[in-house]
Amino acid sequence: MSASTDPRFASPGPPKRPLRLSWGDERVRGIVWQVLVVGIVVSVVYWLWSNTVHNLEVRRIATGFGFLSREAGLPIGESLIPYDPSNTYLRALTVGVLNTLKVAVIGVILATLLGTVVGIARLSNNWLLSKLAAVYVEVIRDLPLLLQLLFWYTILQGLPGPRQALNPIDGVFLSNRGMKLPFIEWTSAHWWTLLVMVVGIVLTWLYARVARAKQYADGQPRKVWPAGLALILGFPLAVWAAFGAPFTPDIPELRGFNFRGGLTVSPEFFALLIGLVTYTAGFIAEIVRAGIQAVNQGQWEAAEALGLRRTEVLRKIVLPQALRVIVPPMTSQYLNLTKNSSLAVAIGYQDIVSIANTTLNQTGQAIEGIAIIMLVYLTISLSISLFMNWYNAKIALVER
Amino acid sequence: MSEITLNTAVSGVPEAPSRTAPVRTTGAVAWARQNLFGSWWSTAVTLALAYLIVRWTIGFVEWAFLNAIWEVPVVNGQAQTQACREIKGIGACWAVITEKHRFILFGTYPFEEHWRPALVCLLFVGLYVVSAMRRFWNWTLVPIWAVTLTLIGVLMWGGVFGLSYVPQERWGGLPITLILSTFGLAFAFPLAILVALGRRSKLPAIKMLCVLYVELIRGVPLISLLFMASVMFPLFLPEGMNIDKLLRAQVAITLFAGAYLAEVVRGGLQALSRGQYEAADALGLSYWQKTGLIILPQALRMVIPPLVNTFIGFFKDTSLVLIIGIFDLLTAGKTAIVEPAWQGFGIEVYITVGVIYLVFCFAMSRYSQDLERDLNRHRRR
Repeated sequence: MSASTDPRFASPGPPKRPLRLSWGDERVRGIVWQVLVVGIVVSVVYWLWSNTVHNLEVRRIATGFGFLSREAGLPIGESLIPYDPSNTYLRALTVGVLNTLKVAVIGVILATLLGTVVGIARLSNNWLLSKLAAVYVEVIRDLPLLLQLLFWYTILQGLPGPRQALNPIDGVFLSNRGMKLPFIEWTSAHWWTLLVMVVGIVLTWLYARVARAKQYADGQPRKVWPAGLALILGFPLAVWAAFGAPFTPDIPELRGFNFRGGLTVSPEFFALLIGLVTYTAGFIAEIVRAGIQAVNQGQWEAAEALGLRRTEVLRKIVLPQALRVIVPPMTSQYLNLTKNSSLAVAIGYQDIVSIANTTLNQTGQAIEGIAIIMLVYLTISLSISLFMNWYNAKIALVER
Repeated sequence: MSEITLNTAVSGVPEAPSRTAPVRTTGAVAWARQNLFGSWWSTAVTLALAYLIVRWTIGFVEWAFLNAIWEVPVVNGQAQTQACREIKGIGACWAVITEKHRFILFGTYPFEEHWRPALVCLLFVGLYVVSAMRRFWNWTLVPIWAVTLTLIGVLMWGGVFGLSYVPQERWGGLPITLILSTFGLAFAFPLAILVALGRRSKLPAIKMLCVLYVELIRGVPLISLLFMASVMFPLFLPEGMNIDKLLRAQVAITLFAGAYLAEVVRGGLQALSRGQYEAADALGLSYWQKTGLIILPQALRMVIPPLVNTFIGFFKDTSLVLIIGIFDLLTAGKTAIVEPAWQGFGIEVYITVGVIYLVFCFAMSRYSQDLERDLNRHRRR
């Protein structure tokens, strides 16, 4: 509650005077300044707008988003939804958005994991480990991301062809066509199993909340894990068994000049993912380190004095406080990773920027193409900020 | 001496058994015991890491130095790179750097005139060093920047003082990277201050415009702004009026930098205690007097370390102009290996370009860390 809403502290404020039409009146000056600035901005925008309209007419460039329903005719290498070049531009752009989201979601998860590990390693008592983490953070943050992406992509392209593919672990093949991983033949049974598992996770989370609320009320701790285990593993397994437990391994195999079967990770996606994850992890590591260091040493000592185990201290005392420092800058790193995924265009991964760029080259409608790119990123940025702000408000210190 | 023999066994109290000397807590052995072999876990980590580091270092030294080729014969202007191709994967081919370093550094700038971009790079470094010295943190910096930037323009373009004219299309390499980042900062900084002040203004229309600008720019990737500069900008201007590509990219980078710097400056404005504002008001200073004499000098000083960090970010981000085909350091490196003879030696080129970026960024980041420690000295007990 801020002081101004509290009736005890409400100040009457300066008495309202009638507006004097004079330069000496602060409010008059304010209005004049605003009119002036808004006027300049509006006239500049109008000037640019009229130039653009004129230029579009002279160059006979079509306007509007009508092209979205036309046949795209642009081939896309990897797609999460069925797509072929005879589909419309709208579908091609949707594929691009999904590809951007794919690399962003996987990237955020992996970068958080790697960054946390490196950040904690920097605080390690082991001199070698902490120095190594420090060197990693310093070097990775001092090189342009685009350079790193080109570097990884060049390395991946320099790998031998499919016939001499590297085979680090059984069933995993690395070649200049990308990475091949063993997988299972995916059927509807697996979708149902996955769905039940997600529902189980949500239910477990709700149950844990109820259990905690009850513990606050009567002080009795309740075991959550048996119910959680049943919900997250038991029921999905039962569903899977009910479908007849389908399990056919799909292992990549060399047939002729290329691989058959298995899960494919394209070299473009792989290079982009490695680059984004290692780069962002360097920044996240610093945030995590700063967050943990920000927790007062007395908190550790007090928690140990209460007889908590070290893992409990970390989980129940230190991390909740460190998170308050960590979450806001972490949000901007997630946003950065998502925006940086637009560099995909330089190594040929077909994300939204790449596909919109091809679209605007094919149709000549530059304004619409760039507007689409900006709209997509603004939407993603805004959603991430909103979610992280909600999360931040949830974990923020509740002050009196 | 015989009177004072150490007879501690006084009246039947048994003598304490002799104890071993305490474990040393200083010196190399003690340090290693504490920092490398503190526990079983720590020992295992140390050994595993030491093994990996030694192995990788040996591998890298073999590849980069022992098996490397530093020069290849050139026949009829064609580099003979068979020797390099034979050792691919075993040894580095630094011959690509020996052959192409002038191109990577200065692009297609006329060969005999390369001393000019080289001098420009030195001028930039000198400018950074002078700006980093606290003795110059006052109004003298403004003329220093103005004079140096003019000098840089004269050197690059030429056409006066007997220097031959070099059109902008032929500029390239490191000078472009330095120009884009430095000019970007020089123009973005005043813009950022105005926007930051505007965002904290009590006038709703101005505040809204500033918020809109900052949030819009920060919500989209730099690439989309660069695309805008390269394909949309020509449509914005009246027919016949044309601005060259480098300048358009410069405008995009400046607008981008302005939004981010504005947020950094706003941080400084918010961190300043309210008493400073109220005291300035109480003295009867006008808004601009208050801002220029009281608020900004304190607020900017507070945010110098994050400003340097933001600048490091832009220095790296200028490499994105590669995507719209402007010839900066990274583009020059990428173009150097397009020639068939040198295709496939990207790793060597990217490592070299990376080292150049690393030198600049590392120097700045070190400076920012030292400065932060220095400026926070009063906070430490």
